[in-house]
Amino acid sequence: MEVIDRVKKIIVDQLGVEASKVSEDSSFVDDLGADSLDIVELIMAFEEEFDVEIPDEDAEKIKTVGDAIRYLNK
Amino acid sequence: MAEVNKVVITGLGAVSPIGIGKEKFWELLIQGKSGIGKITYFDTTEYPTKIAAEVKNFDYDDYLTTKEANRMNKSTKYSIVATRLALEDAKLDVSKEDNPYAVGVILGLGVGGLETIEEQHKILLEKGPRRVSPFFVPMMISNIAAGEIAIKIGAKGPNEIITTACASSTHAIGTAFKLLQQGDAQIIISGGTEAAITPMSLAGFCSMKALSTQNDQPEKASKPFDKKRDGFVLGEGAGILILETLSHAKERKAHIYAEILGFGMTSDAYHITAPAPDGEGASRAMEVALEDAQLEPAQVDYINAHGTSTPLNDKLETLSIKQTFGRHAYNLKVSSNKSMLGHLLGASGGIEAIATALTIKEDLIPPTINYHDPDPDCDLDYVPNKAESKLVRYALSNSFGFGGHNGVLVLGKYNEKGR
Repeated sequence: MEVIDRVKKIIVDQLGVEASKVSEDSSFVDDLGADSLDIVELIMAFEEEFDVEIPDEDAEKIKTVGDAIRYLNK
Repeated sequence: MAEVNKVVITGLGAVSPIGIGKEKFWELLIQGKSGIGKITYFDTTEYPTKIAAEVKNFDYDDYLTTKEANRMNKSTKYSIVATRLALEDAKLDVSKEDNPYAVGVILGLGVGGLETIEEQHKILLEKGPRRVSPFFVPMMISNIAAGEIAIKIGAKGPNEIITTACASSTHAIGTAFKLLQQGDAQIIISGGTEAAITPMSLAGFCSMKALSTQNDQPEKASKPFDKKRDGFVLGEGAGILILETLSHAKERKAHIYAEILGFGMTSDAYHITAPAPDGEGASRAMEVALEDAQLEPAQVDYINAHGTSTPLNDKLETLSIKQTFGRHAYNLKVSSNKSMLGHLLGASGGIEAIATALTIKEDLIPPTINYHDPDPDCDLDYVPNKAESKLVRYALSNSFGFGGHNGVLVLGKYNEKGR
């Protein structure tokens, strides 16, 4: 599976949103209804799925689906 | 005494091991149907007790989104569904209330989010602290159900969870009753919830030798007051009641099941788990509740017993009833819902208050099932095996918890013209 699909799947599962609502421009907070705890949980799930460690200072900059995909593609 | 508000029960919501919803719950309770079976949640090979009263076919899709459900402990989910059922039953929409500050939520919960603690502790050990969920704390803390309900329905009044082990819900309803009497709220969602059929919980209760090991015939294992009783059976679920001041209920022409007349609580001040051998604490709690209700013992028709099916509880509850009621103990009816439901721990007082309210409404007493061998220490009329029709004007609901907490509610028929 492509990075984009793996990221989307996590978002759909954890935030309980429709897959069609998740685009690269979507903001986790403003468009997908995430709160601060959801964001922490999402970052953890990305770390687990991609076997990486995302430091807090990087995590703070991940605000949209696109941000996450670009970070995880690096 | 200053004039206080009358308090009535106007809605019932049950999530129980024998069924979900007031109608199904009551129908099967009166039929004497057991909700106890083999534990399906986890492998019980290593445990001396392999049975429990699990809630079956629990479906929350109509009440919670996937995201909401993912961040809730099972006991919170049970409480949300039971609250919705109770509000529907009471035909009450909190969002349409003029004053949201007059709507409270006071529930009982004995154990709390044990399932969440066990899951996340496993993650901590296997994957380290950075993998423990940010939802772990809000899911696990015992008070969260009351908070979640308030968030869901917009109830901004008094809000708390009371934790007194197996007396939790009775204490919650008693506290709600007092707050309504003194006018601190007009509506309180009360009762309790519990979901503690987990490996840790089962292991702990097994180590205490508190549970029945009659695994071969699960539906017959809980036999309160019977000579062959050997312990209680773990149950789970939620029992939620809508309590209202009489004036508020009348104003909106609500259906009234019963009136709450009194509440008593005491402590045994004796032992962490064993009831006091003289039955004094339980007896005194019944007397305090009757005084609060301004009733004479001889006016009581029925007691919904704590009746756990442990050797000690049933013997000492019987003794305490005889101490409080004297000769009248032999005239009144006593039955234990736990013979069918198992022991819902912190939720037991809620589900049993629902049963007591329906008993008063219907003049029909649910049986104590599996009662076959009389015990000389338990010599009252336990309504053995078959429901009985009887005029029930006044009834008690008893709950006793580890720690020596005793709680007793007095419920009565609501009479338009007064008593």
